[in-house]
Amino acid sequence: MSEAVTKFLFGRLTLEAIPYHEPILLGTFAMVALGGIALVGALSYYKLWNYLWREWFTTVDHKRIGIMYLVLGTVMLLRGFADAIMMRLQQAIAFNGSEGYLPAHHYDQVFTAHGVIMIFFVAMPFVTGLMNYIVPLQIGARDVSFPFLNNFSFWMTTAGAILVMMSLFVGEFARTGWLAMAPLSGLDYSPDVGVDYYIWALQIAGVGTLLSGVNLIATIVKLRAPGMTLMKMPVFTWSALVTNVLIVAAFPVLTAVLALLGADRYLGTHFFTNEAGGNPMMYVNMIWIWGHPEVYILVLPAFGVFSEVVSTFSSKRLFGYTSMVYALIVICILSYLVWLHHFFTMGSGATVNSFFGITTMIISIPTGAKIFNWLFTMYRGRIRFELPMMWSIAFMLTFVIGGMTGVLLAVPPADFVLHNSLFLVAHFHNVIIGGVLFGMFAGINYWWPKAFGFKLDRTWGLVSFWSWVIGFWVAFTPLYIVGLMGVTRRLRTFEDPSLQIWFVIAAVGAGIIAIGIAAFLIQIAVSIRNREALKDVTGDPWHGRTLEWSTSSPPPDYNFAFTPVIHDLDAWDDMKAKNQMAPTQGWLDIHMPRNTGAGVILAGLSMIVGFGLIWHIWWMVGLGMLSVIGYAIFHSFDYDRDFNIPAAEVAATETARLKALAAAGA
Amino acid sequence: MSAHENDSGAPHGTRRDYVTGFLLSVVLTAIPFGLVMSGVIADVRVTAAIIAGLAMVQIVVHMVYFLHMNARSEHGWTLMALIFTVVIVVIVLAGSLWVMFNMNHYMMPQMAPPAAHGAPPMDMGGM
Amino acid sequence: MAHSNPTAAAPMTEGATPIYWETEPHHHESGSSTMLGFWLYIMSDCLIFAMLFASWGVYGRSFAGGPTSHELFDLKLVAVNTALLLFSSITYGFAMIAAHEQRKSAALRWLLVTLLFGLGFLGIELFEFSELIHEGAGPGRSAFLSSFFALVGTHGLHVFSGSIWLVTLMVQVARKGLIPANVRRLECLSLFWHFLDVVWIGVFTFVYLLGSMAS
Repeated sequence: MSEAVTKFLFGRLTLEAIPYHEPILLGTFAMVALGGIALVGALSYYKLWNYLWREWFTTVDHKRIGIMYLVLGTVMLLRGFADAIMMRLQQAIAFNGSEGYLPAHHYDQVFTAHGVIMIFFVAMPFVTGLMNYIVPLQIGARDVSFPFLNNFSFWMTTAGAILVMMSLFVGEFARTGWLAMAPLSGLDYSPDVGVDYYIWALQIAGVGTLLSGVNLIATIVKLRAPGMTLMKMPVFTWSALVTNVLIVAAFPVLTAVLALLGADRYLGTHFFTNEAGGNPMMYVNMIWIWGHPEVYILVLPAFGVFSEVVSTFSSKRLFGYTSMVYALIVICILSYLVWLHHFFTMGSGATVNSFFGITTMIISIPTGAKIFNWLFTMYRGRIRFELPMMWSIAFMLTFVIGGMTGVLLAVPPADFVLHNSLFLVAHFHNVIIGGVLFGMFAGINYWWPKAFGFKLDRTWGLVSFWSWVIGFWVAFTPLYIVGLMGVTRRLRTFEDPSLQIWFVIAAVGAGIIAIGIAAFLIQIAVSIRNREALKDVTGDPWHGRTLEWSTSSPPPDYNFAFTPVIHDLDAWDDMKAKNQMAPTQGWLDIHMPRNTGAGVILAGLSMIVGFGLIWHIWWMVGLGMLSVIGYAIFHSFDYDRDFNIPAAEVAATETARLKALAAAGA
Repeated sequence: MSAHENDSGAPHGTRRDYVTGFLLSVVLTAIPFGLVMSGVIADVRVTAAIIAGLAMVQIVVHMVYFLHMNARSEHGWTLMALIFTVVIVVIVLAGSLWVMFNMNHYMMPQMAPPAAHGAPPMDMGGM
Repeated sequence: MAHSNPTAAAPMTEGATPIYWETEPHHHESGSSTMLGFWLYIMSDCLIFAMLFASWGVYGRSFAGGPTSHELFDLKLVAVNTALLLFSSITYGFAMIAAHEQRKSAALRWLLVTLLFGLGFLGIELFEFSELIHEGAGPGRSAFLSSFFALVGTHGLHVFSGSIWLVTLMVQVARKGLIPANVRRLECLSLFWHFLDVVWIGVFTFVYLLGSMAS
């Protein structure tokens, strides 16, 4: 085959791109391949493909999509954590002239992939998954506003995740750090495919995130049950509303800045280059306009979870509901006024730095108010120390310290010392693990019985809890200390042998966290095995206060046989107090959206376009684009997207539940 | 617009709305083009201020007559979304220009063209 | 009746006892969220354009020793283009009026006129771009030209997508008539089309007019 034809067919993809000469990657690939073959084999053996396709991949049910997001987040957590433990090992041994075990160009990919995966493909799917599952149930709706779009959003996120995973074995990932700062990410310094993988994975996943944001806002605005005024909305739903407003207003900024970076790399423009009038600082400026709201996008849903959990397990109405809501709204606006605190050191004048320093300190006020509200909710409450409550208390203790180191970093002169140090790394892990991740674990433990009809195992939950909390502090306290001494982030080897002990301790901490992750997976496995013993037929195992606990666990496809009418905040608590249970007869037909494979197909085609763009395979890009547009138009000709669940079927489902309830009560 | 349209959330424009909007925007487009192409006002900064002001007015005209913005559709949610977006747009636009020009001022004083300070359309940098 | 209102501002008490569950058939308006959802999407698009305008603001004078905006911009061409877009806005408006009055062929005629104006706009823009690139003033020449092509090009890309969508809708209206689903789609495109007009006001004012004044 002539060279021209090969180049046409494969772009810059050659056999060289397969890293068969790197033993670590080869070993990983062998394991992934074996695992993949085993999984595919098992699915085929038990003839599950058809079931998966019909009931899960093509589903438009917000509950199943929510669960799929959580599965995606968990799988990617394993990948992201593998990167973390590789870094900790490298840093623990790369002293006294040792180069460690990771070559520089591999190590740089590892820390980049760790950040990208943990933010975009772990935290975001977790957060989106929880909101997807819970919000419609909390507002008494049957599904989201745009069920098909929901499915499509999920698959776009997954397509982005697949592209990132692909970079492990085909070519390489970016070596630039998780925000791909220019000019390092420009063509001059990163000529290979790494940054292109980064750009297209995030662009494709970004479409999904944005659309799911639009979808959930529309859902909360339009589909609330009658009587649920804004100030009667559960706090988790409020936090979801504010989060999605932030998503819709922030992700386009990321899209724009990555598009401009892409233009620099593909079209030879000069936005972020060092010549022809370009200015790399504009990249930093733009990406942090997205980046700062992003951290609130992650943490606000966690705040929502804690509000629900603390109130439920203190058996009290949430203290200061109104102030909680206003704190959320204030954070929503203020999070757009602080972005420069990420680059104080880059040469702005004192006016600019002080402005952003002060706004940063101000934004800690509403957050602090929330902490006090949770504490006052617990005050004189009947606290039940179930797993979700334990995660919440651990969050409060951990997050406050992370918040305080954040306020410390908000002081520009202090930031000049601590910028890009391991102190910063410790700070943001402190708020993201202590805030977001603890929140997600609280949420998963809290709502698992709702989703599956049985509680999660307590013993393994406790093992996971303590390993995470202790492991976190063992892993990150040393980073605070060495960071304060001036050690910068992303170093591969160290000169000063006296620092080694701190990195060894940090590696031990990462090992303890590994136990926490393993225990979490074992907790799920054990609970599934013991599901009969852990079963809950009431649908309300925690004596919940919001509407999701008023229906069965797991809820039927249509969520509520009758639409609830809301008279009070904590609607379900109000119904229980007034003994207003749902009617037990007079079932009606229920109108529901139909499943469709269009989401999988469109996302798959987009992924192919992304792959073609990364490897400069232009025929693939062209054909892929045409197929995406063509298929989207073709899909728009399908007007028949709904069906009716007949009253008889609703009656059968509901009667079965009533029987089970009666049997359990008897 | 009658009350029953509130539920569908999509207010319709009448022929008169569209024609009014069209005529207004023709005027509001013609004036800035005329000002710049003829150069009647000697001071470019005055011209710049006038055409920027006219653009703002024209955007409002389009919003009202073509996009039918009002406080009633979708129970005010569309207007609320618009106001929020305008706030964020102003923050990111003004903020970016402020940050970047301030940074250039301190970091690359030799690069700044001597006339740039205070000249349109970049006079935000002088803030 | 308040039940049909999905956002139901007031708590409902009918008679003396409050109702906690709706036991009557619930009239669910399909597609009732579509307009709001689409509006939210447009708001997000605003932010993309905001960033492109911001980069124009930062780079608009970074000529890097190359051609300046004053030398390059041809305001006559821009005036023609602006007129085309303005006309397409009012013709789309007439199409919407016809659609709401269920006059199918009139709606289709006005949509066709709109499409022609849109394509005319795109043709002139492509001509302008090719002239610039021909003169050696392509997007790679300087940051000024990069930001110019990015902003104006993104707007053009939106008009192009709008045109494809317009053709699709014309086929759908021709085949299925002005059924509620199609009218709703026309309304979405209407928002999109008029929104592009609003962006164009910013483009001709801040890019072309102010740019051609700065020397």
